[in-house]
Amino acid sequence: MIYDKIIVRYGDLIMKGRNRNQFEKRVLQQIRLALQEFPALTYAKTFGRLTISLNGEPFEPISERLKDVFGIYSFSPVIGVPNELEQIQAAALKVMQELDHPPATFKVSAKRAWKPFPHNSQEMNHLVGSHVLRAIAELKVDVRKPEVDLRVDIQEEATYIFNTVILGAGGFPFGSNGKALLLLSGGIDSPVAGWMAMRKGLELEAVHFHSYPFTSDKAQEKVIELARRLSYYAGAPLKLHMVPFTEIQTRLVQAKQDNLMITLMRRAMLRITEQLAEKTGAGGIVTGESLGQVASQTLPSMNVIGRATVLPLLKPLLMMDKQEIINEAERIGTFTTSILPYEDCCTLFLPKSPSTNPNLNVVERAESYIPELEQLLREAVERTEVIELTPDAQASGETAGEDRWF
Amino acid sequence: MRGLDRGFLIFRKVLTKLLYFDHCASTPPYDEVVDTFAEVMKAHYANPSSIHRAGTEADKLIARSRALLAEQFGVKPEEWLFTSGGTESNNLAIKGAARQFKSRGNHLITTRIEHASVNDAFGQLEQEGFRVTYLPVNSTGHIDLDQLSSSITDETILVSIMHVNNEVGSIQPIAEIGKLLSAYPRILFHVDAVQSIGKLPVKPREWGIDLLSGSAHKLRGPKGIGYLYVREGLQLQPLQSGGSQERGMRAGTQNVPGIVASAKALRMAMQAEEQTRSRMYALRDKLIQHAAMHIPELKLNGSEDAALMAPHIVHFSYPGMKPEVIVHMLEQHGAIVSTKSACSSKDNKPSRVLLAMGANSEHAAGGIRISFGDEHSEQDIDKLAEMLRRTVAQLKPLERSRF
Repeated sequence: MIYDKIIVRYGDLIMKGRNRNQFEKRVLQQIRLALQEFPALTYAKTFGRLTISLNGEPFEPISERLKDVFGIYSFSPVIGVPNELEQIQAAALKVMQELDHPPATFKVSAKRAWKPFPHNSQEMNHLVGSHVLRAIAELKVDVRKPEVDLRVDIQEEATYIFNTVILGAGGFPFGSNGKALLLLSGGIDSPVAGWMAMRKGLELEAVHFHSYPFTSDKAQEKVIELARRLSYYAGAPLKLHMVPFTEIQTRLVQAKQDNLMITLMRRAMLRITEQLAEKTGAGGIVTGESLGQVASQTLPSMNVIGRATVLPLLKPLLMMDKQEIINEAERIGTFTTSILPYEDCCTLFLPKSPSTNPNLNVVERAESYIPELEQLLREAVERTEVIELTPDAQASGETAGEDRWF
Repeated sequence: MRGLDRGFLIFRKVLTKLLYFDHCASTPPYDEVVDTFAEVMKAHYANPSSIHRAGTEADKLIARSRALLAEQFGVKPEEWLFTSGGTESNNLAIKGAARQFKSRGNHLITTRIEHASVNDAFGQLEQEGFRVTYLPVNSTGHIDLDQLSSSITDETILVSIMHVNNEVGSIQPIAEIGKLLSAYPRILFHVDAVQSIGKLPVKPREWGIDLLSGSAHKLRGPKGIGYLYVREGLQLQPLQSGGSQERGMRAGTQNVPGIVASAKALRMAMQAEEQTRSRMYALRDKLIQHAAMHIPELKLNGSEDAALMAPHIVHFSYPGMKPEVIVHMLEQHGAIVSTKSACSSKDNKPSRVLLAMGANSEHAAGGIRISFGDEHSEQDIDKLAEMLRRTVAQLKPLERSRF
């Protein structure tokens, strides 16, 4: 590895004039958290960006981790040298010589951000380019479509030479836009919704409804695994609220409103989540709904269900196609877990023909016939268990069997 | 009667002070591994695919084993499959990849010195209509990168190259090959690392490997368990049908005690790897020095340069001497070695590997392989060297008669 530093460029937050300082501080904090297993790294804030010195730590795993930190627009592995022409030329040549696959063409893109440097950008393109060309005989310049774009970035503190720009996840740093609760079912959609919400700077706690023994332990483990994956993106421990839903569900079944069953269940879930939000100080509810995907996600259904809470319902996937959601799920590493074949509580009591156009009056009347409903909801909130998850340990397996066996 | 007595005496000798030098064929399991195997076998007999608690517990043991493997190699748990052994891992990797990506192209590349499970898998694929290039090796048993490079065509979909040769111990430059192949994202790279895990560093991700095979009983684990690394996102066509175990690529109820025990063995072997390596290189060096000085009849196969050769394998030829005779005579003296690889040692043909290295058929038919384990000390090497010297001295008068 010839690179000794990483330059990190910030994303969306560059737009945020007044809050910028605070956002920069938070993204730095997130980066430090994400990279804490590399103790030798040192960090220096420069204008609008961050310079990480590797100090011997390996670039590859750091790069893999940085790609998933929100608030980073892009980053590059660089060689940093003092602002002297000979040193810049030598470093540029080194970058070109150490490329994995020697290119046939290249160009130099110099940028003189520090004006006291004696050569301007144009001159630098020529001075660096000709130095490289003299040393590597087969190489040619192509300013339109070069195989390698060799960047020379002259800043006040040093000049940075690099040839790759790796795109980051973008968005805002985790937790910079408040806190919300995520309804996490175990399916494909909700983890993706969670990722998108976190990318926009929301701090999340996840809520899962389980109906053991109507659902299996494995369904719960699957959700724990998904929440664990999300905690990796959060860069901080993620709380998962496990709500016992069996009694409410069996009580709702007795209402004999088969085609309204899903509507009634979803409303009960929102009410419970609202109470949890109050307890945890969350200001919104994130769901993985996508318009028209299932009966409960038609516009009339969303209308009737959504009225169960006054909190804003954030639905990042609303206008996405299923395949787009699947692609995202694969990219963020939740898809293979999501498709494990264990039923969650929603599929269990799925009626033959759920209503796509429920009537609010009928729904409210059905609820009013269950006088103990409020009580049941409160009890569910009280009996909710909270699990705190971190990404490092592998789910479920970590405590399996006797330690001496491993 | 006297013959029987003698047989009995030899047998007792074998029991009491036999020196076992056939670790490439199989290794004595760690005591802890045997205990784990027995304990798990007794306690967790439920089927790991069952949905009840007992099944779930067994499944969690597999998950933890997989995580342990992942940790050792710095990859993801879901990237490791458990199979029935190195042979199945190689078969699944090669046939599974070739058949799965048939639509991409029809050309496969491997070497002339692969283990039988790789070589024969390619033979079968040839019958199915694939074109296979078998790369030659030089006299020390190493392939040429330029030759590999020039063998690649637009039709190439798979390159399979072993890390350490199981017969002579030559190390192929896997990191360099991976780097070369990284320019061809459509080509999958399989590495048979059965003989190298626990003896040399093995880095699937850093080296750009897509598929990597290992075997538990070569590193003091139980027989009947193989490891197969399948890079994330890669799907192989399964060899057998009947269940969706192991990411749907390997049907069949998982061998829970074997898997847990094999994960433990792997961890122990990997943690001791650096130490094992330097210790065994010293033993190898000692044996080679001794043979060169005192037993000129034995010709070292491979390279004298340790950097090119695995630490735990020394392979000699006694040209013109039937290797079985050497093996049996050494056994009488109290040391167990093998002829070529155990998987092909029962036929009398000259070694395919030695022929590929340019040996004449007399030289290629006379190979004996000595492979070290953790229990060996420098004194054991001295004893072995002495036994070799005596054996060769006893056989020397018979040399001309040409068996």
